[in-house]
Amino acid sequence: MSSLPSGASSGKESGLRVPSNGKTIYHRPINRTKTSELSQASFAFLFSEMVAYAQKRVKGIQELEHRLNVQGHSIGIKLLDLLLYREPVRTQLRPQHIVGLLHFIKQNVWQHLFGRQADRLEKSTDAEKPDEYMIIDNEPLVNQYISVPREMSQLNCAAFVAGVIEGVCDGADFPARVTAHTVGEGEMWPGKTVFLVKFRSEVVEREAFLAKT
Amino acid sequence: MAASKASRIGEEIWKTRIDKVNAELVTLTYGTIVAQLCKDFEEDYPEVNRQLDKMGYNIGLRLIDDYLAKSNTMKRCSNFRETADMISRVGFKIFLNITPQVTNWTADNNSFSLVFDENPFADFVELPDDGRAQNELWYSNILCGVLRGALEMVQMQVEAHFISDVLKGNDTTEMRVTLIRYIDDELPPEDD
Repeated sequence: MSSLPSGASSGKESGLRVPSNGKTIYHRPINRTKTSELSQASFAFLFSEMVAYAQKRVKGIQELEHRLNVQGHSIGIKLLDLLLYREPVRTQLRPQHIVGLLHFIKQNVWQHLFGRQADRLEKSTDAEKPDEYMIIDNEPLVNQYISVPREMSQLNCAAFVAGVIEGVCDGADFPARVTAHTVGEGEMWPGKTVFLVKFRSEVVEREAFLAKT
Repeated sequence: MAASKASRIGEEIWKTRIDKVNAELVTLTYGTIVAQLCKDFEEDYPEVNRQLDKMGYNIGLRLIDDYLAKSNTMKRCSNFRETADMISRVGFKIFLNITPQVTNWTADNNSFSLVFDENPFADFVELPDDGRAQNELWYSNILCGVLRGALEMVQMQVEAHFISDVLKGNDTTEMRVTLIRYIDDELPPEDD
């Protein structure tokens, strides 16, 4: 790397350089990799390095999950636009209701990222918590090669996916907090994960108001 | 092994023995890793390059097992030229579904280039327009570490670095790989 000019000596330049053949992201069809595939192993290697790196910079599980959440968040914001753009024109509208948004996440976002839909969508049965919804994945793809040590059993690395969901919600103007919780179900689904989506109170208020008009 | 045979093997493994995920999941995940490093090290790009290389090295140490299990050749490459072909046509093929071109050999056959027409990591990517990233950041630097780690496990000490990248405005994306030495039997270093 020593051959590279340092920031100080190169000075401020205006604008980015582009290859002489003009190959930039603006010339690349946005749908080119829509259905492309890569090996799951590559994803697993990257994800495990991401978690290991994050772990070195935090104290405790909560902070670690928060960090993973933040890293997913920026993906969610961008995915919302990308996936809507790829919809047929008449369904390109942003979701305007909570249920529509959650269906979009359960179906489109999951299908795109993980090749299948999420397993279930639920609303909290607790009347005190009208702002809570749950997206359930019996077997999160991101956790397939993650084994959580016993002393960290509270950890669920799908916090990364929770971040993606949160990004989609925030991007669609349904601000929410999303967290991932392991709710292992016997031997069948030991890694079953609930993504708890807790919308901000104004989202629920708006929804009630819209229902009336 | 002839290069064409390596291609056939790579193609065959990719088609039949690889669990696959959506490419954009990998692209976006890599993107968020690099972005996080840039943030954590406050745009100290040379340090980001080092961190990426280190992550890649950790991956390489483990990835080689997967490579050997899948490629199932269990045969040592007879020379470094053959190693280069296997890296491109089998290694890159089965992990990233690309086969970078092996070229620009030095006369002593110890150093070559991998030229990437495609780079799935760099899809959707534009470097920050801060007057420095395009000079200092090697966005895909993790790949250098992967090669270094993986080859070390099969007793080859190599040095790998990018010399050009379309993200920096170059016309090609090119990595130089140089064989330092074949490592005699010794214990591998600790995985950090």
